[in-house]
This record gives sequence, structure tokens and C-alpha cells, in this order.
Amino acid sequence: MEQRKSPVRGSAAGQLSFPNSDSRSAPHNPQRPARFHLSGPPYLLSSFSGFSPAPVQPASLLPCFFSSLEGISPKTISNIGGLHQMLSLHQHIFAAVPRDSIIALPEHDSTNKYGASFQTPGGRLLIKPAEYVELVSSMKPDFWVTLADEVPAWVSDKRNRTSVDRTLRWLDDCLSLNKTGTTIFGSIVGGSSIEERHRCAQEVAQRNVSGYWIGGFGLGESMDERAALLTAVTDNLPEDMPRHVSGLGLPEEVLQGVAAGIDLFDSTYVYHLTLGGFALTFPLERNKGDNADYQLSDSGGDDMKINLKATIYRKDTSPIVESCNCFTCQNHTKAYLNHLFNVHEMLAQTLLEIHNTHQYLGFFCSIRKAIEEGKFEQFRRNFVESRRECLFAAASSD
Amino acid sequence: MALKFEVLGRFNRARAAQLTLPHYLCQTPLFMPVGTQGTIKGLTKNQLEEIGCQIILGNTYHLALRPTSELIDELGGLHKFMNWPRALLTDSGGFQMVSLLHLADITEKGVTFQSPVDGKPMLLTPEESIQIQNRIGADIIMALDDVVRTTITGPRIEEAMYRTLRWIDRCIAAHKRPNEQNLFGIVQGGLDPVLRDICVRGLVERNLPGYAIGGLAGGEDKDSFWRVVAQCTAALPEDKPRYVMGVGYPLDIVVCSALGADMYDCVYPTRTARFGTALVPEGVLKLKHQAMANDIRPIDPMCECMLSRDLHSSIVEGRFPEFVCKFLQTMFPKGDVPEWVCNAMEVAGIDISSCCREMRFDVDKSSTL
Repeated sequence: MEQRKSPVRGSAAGQLSFPNSDSRSAPHNPQRPARFHLSGPPYLLSSFSGFSPAPVQPASLLPCFFSSLEGISPKTISNIGGLHQMLSLHQHIFAAVPRDSIIALPEHDSTNKYGASFQTPGGRLLIKPAEYVELVSSMKPDFWVTLADEVPAWVSDKRNRTSVDRTLRWLDDCLSLNKTGTTIFGSIVGGSSIEERHRCAQEVAQRNVSGYWIGGFGLGESMDERAALLTAVTDNLPEDMPRHVSGLGLPEEVLQGVAAGIDLFDSTYVYHLTLGGFALTFPLERNKGDNADYQLSDSGGDDMKINLKATIYRKDTSPIVESCNCFTCQNHTKAYLNHLFNVHEMLAQTLLEIHNTHQYLGFFCSIRKAIEEGKFEQFRRNFVESRRECLFAAASSD
Repeated sequence: MALKFEVLGRFNRARAAQLTLPHYLCQTPLFMPVGTQGTIKGLTKNQLEEIGCQIILGNTYHLALRPTSELIDELGGLHKFMNWPRALLTDSGGFQMVSLLHLADITEKGVTFQSPVDGKPMLLTPEESIQIQNRIGADIIMALDDVVRTTITGPRIEEAMYRTLRWIDRCIAAHKRPNEQNLFGIVQGGLDPVLRDICVRGLVERNLPGYAIGGLAGGEDKDSFWRVVAQCTAALPEDKPRYVMGVGYPLDIVVCSALGADMYDCVYPTRTARFGTALVPEGVLKLKHQAMANDIRPIDPMCECMLSRDLHSSIVEGRFPEFVCKFLQTMFPKGDVPEWVCNAMEVAGIDISSCCREMRFDVDKSSTL
């Protein structure tokens, strides 16, 4: 399924391809390519829970996650023909992950030897490997992640060890239940223990999987302790297999992940920004001195984002970002968005989600470019330093 | 006058026309979705264009509140603010006043009410309403009328009708942009044919660019409803657009078009969508019902914008009666077309006997319908 060219330790750019599944039909695209090519990690994956499939125009394919443990029945999804058919997104790649950082957070207290527990709006849900595999097979994603027992950083050592044992057992269960020979990513956990992370990664690396999903992050640990934990995992994984992490969304976290050798990311960062009315504005070409003109005020924005609800934008007839060519910036002004947010209109979030997704995808594009040019470390340093400068300037101007 | 109205085809009273407005060339009959606060909920302008929206309604009351008509004016008008390239219509704000604010009171001066922002007493006069609408900049603006519900009886209706006529003169005087915005008058008079007649004559004397039939779609019975529409369309000038406010259901649109109306607006399609109800040729589909949970067929929508497009083309192409019959057959497959529809179609001169199980003829042909 996949290959990675130029395996450079740490940050690598490569190609990720998925075979065209025969069970999928695309009535509108008779000349589909035999394989989907996603040029070079890292990629941004987003969970589409919430906003309408607005006219986002990605430069390349946009992989999406779909996490559904309740709601529409697996049989109905099957009858429709799977996720691609149901969402009418035939050109997209879908990955099935049990954890959804918006509506299905892992509930480690209730997880037991039978299955993983999740906290959802409909209550607590326990899902066993067999049920999970059945759900996944009805969705027909391009790849899926094995069921994991994710625990946050502060659990006891004993609980943490149990989570690794369970995750490995469920990985084997999923592999043996996988009748259709679909593409599987093995789950790696281990909490905040370097040893357990090592152990789990080594075990999973021995299984016959096509990639790795690294869980247990974005659940409350700090950025400082995370770096070592990430490398504890990636050090044990083959160079030429993709690595995917959930729950790391802040640009700095993404950069940290990329430095540790992560290829795919999914998070709710964009979703939460949009909910709060924040628009991403950081320039995608990070040269020093670019970010002199930002509005640091009581509006709650900073050099990376602006708060569109703030009154300073009431009469602002400029787009969110001048040079942005997303639908929203090409068609609408900050003033209009400010009005829509203030009157609580649905369109506000639709338009803002389009822009934020576009910006964020652009960020990943810049990262890939920096890697290809061999300048990733510099790119990361510049980014982090200019953030620090802005925050310092803000603090000292008070 | 800032519009042109050219009839392209007819069938008895029904007509298909081209309505040229400052921002867009429209085909009538047409339906105007309601974009209350400067947006049709959740839809982008591209999507609206795609589904064939020609005119969108903006709500003067809400927009004057937020973001204010002064701000809209300063930023170049509502078209520019929304980036809507086609036509806009604003209502006077009067209806919201009366329906939303229980402490509203109507006097000769205007509508007095409590500001929802700070509770201060405020007054919306005909002059003020027109000024706000001038600032918003829509292609069509509505006169402030004294609107009463048709379910009310008594001298209040007559008072409201005469006041509407007095107010139209104040609206005309206050209108600063007659070459860019079309001021429509609104016919009131409740369900009383005599009052309606007086009002129609009074408005027609003022030679306005277009006329609306107001005060309906408020709970009156359908039999009264169609008769008022029929009377007004018969009396209003042929060469000007006629707008039935607050209509509505697809069936109502077809009947009113058969009787000679051209324009409609209603919150129904957008509101019912928010409750999970889809409009289909056979009626409605309640998508949230358990019965729909495993139904993998598409909805097969009959969007109201599509409906008006079909109306227009069927009249122009000389197959309006066939269109009406097919419409009724799909909606009433058992042939149980309501009596009021049969009566209205009789007056409109459209033979729907093929759709009805039994025809009823109890319309008084000597009336002014």
C-alpha cells in the first residue's frame, strides 16, 4: 500500500498511496486513477463532525477521519455502500479511528478486558474488538486503526502496563478478525512511561500491519514530556511505514510531532477555533519581520489568529487574510463575518471553517516544502521564535 | 420607477414575465427565500445561485437592529455587504414589530414599541422605515402598512386600510432613491371585498412600480384566502408585478399563480428544513422520523425556486394547465384535491377535472372575482 521515499530520520517527505478499493463506485468519475497519491507527509486530517461539506478546495487530496460508534447503523452504511458513498466524497481517503476528540473521548476508567469505553454525547459506550471490526467493515475506509486502550499521562504504572497488554491483545484480535484483507494501522500506547512506550512499539513493529497509530496523546500531557515519549515510539518503528498521531493540533505540537517522525495528524484544533470565532491568520511563509502588523489588543487575538467577534472588525471590509484564496476570503469581508457571528447565524461557522481549514492545510504544505528543501529545523525554529517574540511584545506592552 | 415588467406568456389569468430589476433580470412567477439577517441560514451565495434564487428578502427590523442600516450604508449597501450579486427586497419592518413585540402599539404617527436592546420607547414611522430601507439599498422596498390579522373582525380593519393609504403618501414623500429602488404598496382590507377594493383603487392611483397583497397567510381559512387574492389580482394593473406576501406552501403558490400573482415570499421552506422536513412533489418527508433511518434513497427535492422556474416555463411554453394537473395529481394521488383549490381553479379557468375524484361547482360567478 504505501512507500516512503527518502527515509530521513526525523522529518521526512515521501509518498503515501492507497490502492483503489474495488467495492467503491464513483459514478461521476469514470477515469479514476488506479491509486491515490498524497504527496509527502505530514498531512492534516480532520474529523467532519459538525459543519456542512462546504466548498473547500484542497490543492491535493484531503484525507478525512470518520469516527462513529453510534447513530446510523452499520447495516445501513453497508447498504449504502460505505463511507465514500454515504458522504459522497469519492475522491477522499477515509481512515477509521475509534477515538473522536469531539464526541468520543476514551474513558479509561470504564475500559475493561472486554472492550474500550468512550464518553459520547449519548452516554458511555463500551465497544469490543469484534463489534469494532464489524463497524469498520461496513464503513469500508481506506485504512483503519485497531482498537486501543488509551490512558492519560497520570494513571498508575500498573494501569498503564495493562493498557499496553490489552492494546496488543486487541491488535491481534483485529488482525485475526480482518477477513477482507483491508489496510490496518497498529495502535501503540504506553502513556507517559518511556519503557512502556518502547515495549509497545517494539511489539507492534513485529505485527503484520501497514502503518502505526500512536495513541494516548492530546489527553492532558505537557509538550515537554511528550517529545521524549514520541521518539521512544518512533525509534522502534521501521523507517518506511507511516506513523499517525491523534490529538496534536497546535502548530507547535505539529512541528514537534514532525520532528519526531510523525507523518499523519488529526486534531480538533480547527474545529475549536471556528467554534470560538477565531480565524487563522499566520502567514504561511515564515520569514522574519513578516508579522509586524498584527492586532494585539483586548480582542483576544494574537499573531496567529484574530477574534472575528471583536468590535474592531465591525466595519472592516477586508478579507480575513488578503492573500488567501479560499472561498471565504475571495468572497466575504471581516465585517460580514463579524455580523454573522454576532447574530448567531449558521453561515458564520460554515465560512470560517472553510478559511481555517484552508489556512491549516497551507501550514502543512509549508512544512512539506521546508522538509523537501532540507530546511525543516530552521522553519521550526523560526516559527517558534517568532511566536515567542510576539508573546513577549504583548506582555511588555501592557 | 426602477424596474421593467414584460409579460412573455399567459394562460387566462396566469402570466409568466420578465422582471428587470437594478441588480438582476428575474423570471416570474418567482419565490423569494427569506434571508432575515443578511443570510439564508447556512447557505453560501454560490449554493443560492446554483439552486436558482433570484431575489432574497432581507428583514428591515432585524438588520436595523444589527448591524444597523447606517453601517450597511457606510459599507456600500446590503448587496455589497453580503456579496449577493442578484436582487434583494426589504420589507418595512412593520410586521415584525407587530408580531414580535407584544407591547407594540400602532398610532397615526407610526408603530410605537419598546426597543429590544435597551427597553427605550421607540417609534417606527413610515418616513423612518423608508429611510432605513434607502440605506440598506434593496431593489424593492415595501411601504409601511398598518397590518391586521385576517382573523380579527370589526372597525379595526377599516381603520387599518385607510391608514395604509395615508401612510403610502408619506412613504412616497420620504423615498429618496426612486430611480434605484422600487417602492411597492401593500393592499390591506382584511377579508372584506369592499375594503379591499377601496384600497386597491387608492394604491393604483399612486402609480407605484408594483403592488403587494398583504394581510393574508395569517391563519384565515383557505376559501377566504383565495377569494381575496383573486379579487385583488383582477383589479390590479396588468403591467405591474403582484406580490402575495407570506405565501407559502407549494400548493398555494400554484393556485395564486393560476389567479394571476407573480411574486411570493415565506419562511416555510427554510424553516421547515431546520426541523428536518424535506419538500417533495408528493408533499413532505419528515427526515428525522425513525422510518427514514435506514432509507438509502435520495430525497428527490422540489425546491420552491425550482417550482417557480417550472411555473414560468410552463406558462411561456403554453402548457400551464398540464403542469397544474400533473402537480395536483402528484400531490393528491387519490384525487382528494381540496375544495378551495377546485373553486379557485374554476375561477382561474383551468380544467382540473382529471385530477379530482369529484368536481364541485359552487362558485358564485356573478361576483367580482
